[in-house]
Amino acid sequence: MSASVLHGPASGAVGLMARGLQKTFGATRALRGVDLEVRSGEIHALMGENGAGKSTLMSILSGAATPDTGSMELGGAPYRPSGPRDARHAGVLLVHQELSLCGHMTVGENVMLGIEPAQFGFLRRSEMRAKAEQALRSVTGKEGTISLDARAADLSPADRQLVEIARALAVPGCRILLLDEPTSSLAAGDVDRLFVLLRELKQRSLAIVYISHFLEEILRVCDVYTVLRDGQVAEKGTIADTTAKKLVLAMSGGASSAGTSPIEEALVSSEGEPTEKAPVLVVENVAGVKKPSQASLTVHRGEVVGIAGLLGAGRTELLRMIFGLDPVAQGSIKVASHSGGASPARRIAQGVGFLSEDRKGEGLLLSMSIADNLTMSRLSGLGPSGFVKDGAQRESAKKWTDMLAVKMRDVGQKVRDLSGGNQQKVALARLLHQEADLFLLDEPTRGVDINSKTQIERHIRALAASGKAVLVVSSHLPDLLSICDRIGVMYRGRLGEIRPASAWTEHALLAAATGAEGNT
Amino acid sequence: MTTMSSKGLSGLSLPKLRAAWIGPLLAVVLLFGLFAILAHETFPTTNTVVTMLRQTTVVGIAAVGMTMIIVLGGIDLSVGSAVALTTVAVALMLRGGHGAFASALAGIAAATLCGAINGALVGYMKFVPFIATLGTMSLLRGLCKGMASEQKIDAEPHGLETLLAPLPDGREWMLLPTGVWITVILAIAVALLLRTTQAGRYVFAVGSSEPAARLCGINVPRVKFGVFALAGILVGWAGVLEFSRLTVGDPTDSVGLELDVIAAVVIGGGSLSGGEGSVLGSVLGALLMTIIKTGCTHVGLPNWVQEILTGIIIVVAVGLDRIRHRQGE
Repeated sequence: MSASVLHGPASGAVGLMARGLQKTFGATRALRGVDLEVRSGEIHALMGENGAGKSTLMSILSGAATPDTGSMELGGAPYRPSGPRDARHAGVLLVHQELSLCGHMTVGENVMLGIEPAQFGFLRRSEMRAKAEQALRSVTGKEGTISLDARAADLSPADRQLVEIARALAVPGCRILLLDEPTSSLAAGDVDRLFVLLRELKQRSLAIVYISHFLEEILRVCDVYTVLRDGQVAEKGTIADTTAKKLVLAMSGGASSAGTSPIEEALVSSEGEPTEKAPVLVVENVAGVKKPSQASLTVHRGEVVGIAGLLGAGRTELLRMIFGLDPVAQGSIKVASHSGGASPARRIAQGVGFLSEDRKGEGLLLSMSIADNLTMSRLSGLGPSGFVKDGAQRESAKKWTDMLAVKMRDVGQKVRDLSGGNQQKVALARLLHQEADLFLLDEPTRGVDINSKTQIERHIRALAASGKAVLVVSSHLPDLLSICDRIGVMYRGRLGEIRPASAWTEHALLAAATGAEGNT
Repeated sequence: MTTMSSKGLSGLSLPKLRAAWIGPLLAVVLLFGLFAILAHETFPTTNTVVTMLRQTTVVGIAAVGMTMIIVLGGIDLSVGSAVALTTVAVALMLRGGHGAFASALAGIAAATLCGAINGALVGYMKFVPFIATLGTMSLLRGLCKGMASEQKIDAEPHGLETLLAPLPDGREWMLLPTGVWITVILAIAVALLLRTTQAGRYVFAVGSSEPAARLCGINVPRVKFGVFALAGILVGWAGVLEFSRLTVGDPTDSVGLELDVIAAVVIGGGSLSGGEGSVLGSVLGALLMTIIKTGCTHVGLPNWVQEILTGIIIVVAVGLDRIRHRQGE
């Protein structure tokens, strides 16, 4: 394990170099002048909080996006991929975070997908098999356990990850490997196996860019690092010269963790410990089918409890289990006085409202009107039994859109036409209309403009002040710190202790979310 | 970007024009006018109009059921088979000595059962509607051929034949045959169900986004089951009308009818991806197809011209729909 630090000048020819990359999406400046130098025979860690620009940078390197300005070089020659295919030809390969194998096809077919040896359009089966075999064995070792003829869908997540890498290595001339969160779906033993492989690839003087949120992994396997923050390089250096603590500091930007937010003034009213108030939600040792593996928490009337953590830590799954959308494998969930089975319909009847993180896919009925969206979870009372009167529905909807200051033409307008922030307000208003007592909010301010964001945060505080209970999941740590009374951190499926918000700093939250807490 | 377009052209255009059935209505008026000019002696007569309405009823009422299914995001390929099965069931009942009313009811019950089976497969067993109804299409066709021993079944219709027959002397005050009136009432009832009830909103919600509907507490499987079963009732009525026209139970009847029905819904503004469609639009769509058929005959155009015209209308309808949508975005 210790023999792996070999990035001396001899083996460290510059593989891929980027200068001054900038990229703007609409009003968001995802990258504002990023330099990156990846050397062959090196594992290069790319780090940063959610939204720091890692994914955009990866897209540009792999040809999926073109930078607005800036230049790239590959092995000394200008590198301007016209698309992912072009980047593959040049030898730059991205292994996706979301596994992208075709489940119905065999391992061999997957490995050779898009690079099938063929003559006049006909596949050359034996050659294809030999090449796939070679690529697969370079990943699994000579006595590999993965069969070429297995269906990809039948493989374990770890094996699928290996096949993905084999697929990249099978491309002739592969020299730069981009790995996006390769361990997020792996168990600890499989992570070790992957690391052995990465070190081997390094010896074969491949250059590897390794994106991960898990600091301990980066410290174990990487040689150099670049930290992105707000679309810029915040820090870079060699892993040997840094610590988990320093890396967390670089990612969070140090200074901002000390400042207190203006909305904190609103907290003054609820200064007293809310423990006297009745619990609305009691979650005891629950586990889902996959995630989370262990979580306990209590939410009382009049308080906002926050859950921090990385994407994929199991926070969304926890909220979905509480709302009855996902099955509960273990443990108990009690809403007010109700325990027992849950379905969304039953939860809504019990006074629970759920705001999905996936606003477009699940949160809203995009082809329907604002009024329909707002009232859909409680249509009764809008007309004689079983009927919905347009007038009554519009009036109810209007009441809430006015209160939340939704910018729109008319409540009959389709939700699709609204901006992200206003869509989010409609989704939130639905919970108000259904008269929920417990609000489960998953990323309530994601993809929302700054004004709507402040308004939504203010509404969340107002809800608590009016005696509602709120459980909020957010990846944006300053938001959590400013709106929550208590916060817990979820790390790889386990929810840690829920502490008062005043006991946390942004820095401490990030350390707990990345698993750096125990390391330093 | 989104705020731009929401305040752009579409904001100024008349919101009414965005209703899905406006297009088909214009097409009906235009084509009727066209044929009225081309065949001014025979086409624009009360007689022709009444005949066209009579001919539209079977496809029309089946299209009303299909509208619900398509709004839901589904499809039903078994309509033709279910109609044939209904004619066979009605004929068998009549031949067994039962009265007209009981026989018609039995026919409708048979089709409703078919709808319920589709609904159970799609709703509770989570089959893809296309596949489930492709299966029942073949299954029901085979079943009704078996029931009829692969023969047409003659039976004394006991008055069922009058449902769609031209009005006899002395009853002209009804304007249209009873069968057409019942069809109109059923269509209005379904239109009101979709537009004014909670259940109707749920159908649109499931078609718009199933996960979102579930999140709103809607029992998605139950909604799907209900829609397919209800559509079965309407298909049953279509089958009774078909029997009224044929006055025999025919197990080989209405092969491919479902395609006409789906075409009517699509011409009427229904979207196969769900969440959109209107009963009025679908009925107009069915009427449009009848107008093309009848008009071409009156003008003396051969059958293949009718088919080309119908095809063009479908493509144009879908094309216009896409433009209408792009404006909305």
